[in-house]
Amino acid sequence: MGNTDTKSIFEKIWQSHVVKQIEGHPAVFVIDLMLIHEVTSAQAFKTLEEKGLPVFDSSKLLATIDHSIPTRANRWEIFDEAAKIQVETLRQNCKKYNIPFRDFNQGQGIVHVIGPELGLTQPGMTIVCGDSHTSTHGAFGALAFGIGTSEVGHVLATGCLLQQKPKSMKVEFRGHFRKGVFAKDAILALIGKIGIGGANGHVIEYTGQAIDAMSMEERMTVCNMSIECGARAGLIAPDKTTFAYLKDRPHAPKGEQWSKAIEYWQSLKSDNNCKYDREVIIDLDKLHPVVTWGTNPGQAIQITESVPKLANLPDSEQAVSKAALAYTHLSEGTKIEGTPIDWAFVGSCTNGRIEDLRIVAKVLAGHHIHPQVTMYIVPGSEAVLEQVKQEHLDKVFAEAGAQLRMPGCSMCLGMNDDKVPEGKRCVSSSNRNFQGRQGPGSITHLASPATVAASAIAGKLTSPEQYF
Amino acid sequence: MEKFKSLTAKVMPIPLTDIDTDMIIPAQFLTSVSKEGYGENLFRRLRDKDPQFPLNQTKYKDAAIMLTDNNFGCGSSREHAVWAILSAGFKVVISKSFADIFFSNSAKNGLVLVTLPEQIVDELLAEAQKHELTLTIDLEAEEVRKVNGTVYKFKYDPFRRHCILNGLDDIDYILSMKNEIAQFRKTQMTKPVASTFANN
Repeated sequence: MGNTDTKSIFEKIWQSHVVKQIEGHPAVFVIDLMLIHEVTSAQAFKTLEEKGLPVFDSSKLLATIDHSIPTRANRWEIFDEAAKIQVETLRQNCKKYNIPFRDFNQGQGIVHVIGPELGLTQPGMTIVCGDSHTSTHGAFGALAFGIGTSEVGHVLATGCLLQQKPKSMKVEFRGHFRKGVFAKDAILALIGKIGIGGANGHVIEYTGQAIDAMSMEERMTVCNMSIECGARAGLIAPDKTTFAYLKDRPHAPKGEQWSKAIEYWQSLKSDNNCKYDREVIIDLDKLHPVVTWGTNPGQAIQITESVPKLANLPDSEQAVSKAALAYTHLSEGTKIEGTPIDWAFVGSCTNGRIEDLRIVAKVLAGHHIHPQVTMYIVPGSEAVLEQVKQEHLDKVFAEAGAQLRMPGCSMCLGMNDDKVPEGKRCVSSSNRNFQGRQGPGSITHLASPATVAASAIAGKLTSPEQYF
Repeated sequence: MEKFKSLTAKVMPIPLTDIDTDMIIPAQFLTSVSKEGYGENLFRRLRDKDPQFPLNQTKYKDAAIMLTDNNFGCGSSREHAVWAILSAGFKVVISKSFADIFFSNSAKNGLVLVTLPEQIVDELLAEAQKHELTLTIDLEAEEVRKVNGTVYKFKYDPFRRHCILNGLDDIDYILSMKNEIAQFRKTQMTKPVASTFANN
């Protein structure tokens, strides 16, 4: 147990952002950056109008369009009338309030992909967005969390939020990855272990050998899915890997500011022996690729395992597991590997970055996807797409029979036209396998981009280990 | 925000755990730029699939209290889930526990979330599925009362309770500290984190 002077990175960031806290009230908490997208902002801007309030500080905002836009080549034309109005509303609001806006062909992408790419996401910051996967930015040692539309309005108007201090939780990833096992498998293993409400009310700090060795892209994948076990946020102390990623990014500090920033960022690391409300250890040495079998991200098993038998599950999970099996058309006790699939999706704020697409290209190179499978590859941003082209990965995808689409959230949540048809089964690099998430009646198996690619080739859930 | 003090109403039981916000309001219905009109698509997929789903049953037509199992409202941060529940006529959700962002979103719209112990929720769920159940939710007294006089105490965050009882909005509270915020910002600008960011 640590003494009272030691602080975790979460404590340090929390304390440096509380303006005032009256006893018994939540803290008035300062936000350094808010990311905005079309789906959760229109009503917030309307509130501002109704109350006659100006935007507090537009330099602390960044907006883009990602959720409801098409990923077709001619994406400027939006056929869905409501989505079209939604996108146009955000364009108008950004113009009216002078908010930096990344439109099509101006650096557009998924909010959680472009923030880090631009170097806007920096250690020690508080970052919010009307999207639960805002936890992604925690990979940089920022305290980043999703908020609702009312709170988007509060930040627009005041630059602050009312916040109750969450509890803290430490997750240690021990050991090394086996070949073909990735960050996505590690985070799915954690969610499988503690359950989808397992970290409710907590901010997770990820530590351990495996985290130290991870690239920023991998760390973003881990932090991204913190919300899938209910965590308020997930973060990782900044280190050399973080600084190397940030250096020379458009919004990263330059010159003398850079060395000052490094000094500050290094001070954020959790003190030795600091105290957490909870600690969990995950051993990665023996972990195989992980896939989900049910209808929430906690229903996850290693690909070498079988779908659980209901009799072996605790009482509290009986009803929900039975319903999940009925929905996914799987039988208890059968091997998950070899389950035939119809669709494969690579993309989303979880796994739509360049490193993910490189891994997919490595698996697909020299192969063709199974004739029964349709595969969408959706880059997380225009910058990722550009990089794909520069590295000629687009040719690999085309030769393999996969469709490379324009950037956006796409089939992760099926808000646009990209939907898995009813009754079809999709292996997906996204973050949620809720019933109908990828389209009404669709079935989702969450997996790493490598597993998605290997499964697309085989036409069935397949371990990617042979490709690495 | 509408004030809420107490309510006596019929209960609609949904005996499911981990009801996520995609179930409450599927993504395809989120393209509106208004807060209105989501109620007709509350639990749309479950309603379409299952004629016996509680919202399809006429006996729950005028229910204003939703009673569910564990971890209600997990998943996406979409506040549309709260708007959908409210615009379908529900004022209270009772559960064993709630997901964080959903809890926060509910408080800001005056949707009252009541957390009761597991055993009591199980009993109430069983009862409400057997015959019509009417409950009184008294936020002021922090009590759930049955018609037969049984009382269950619950705890509500005192600040949030005060806001809901009086229909108070967060913005007004934050704006009342405008000067402190301005002063804080000024001091923060001299710290490395803010200055490096502001310079870009």
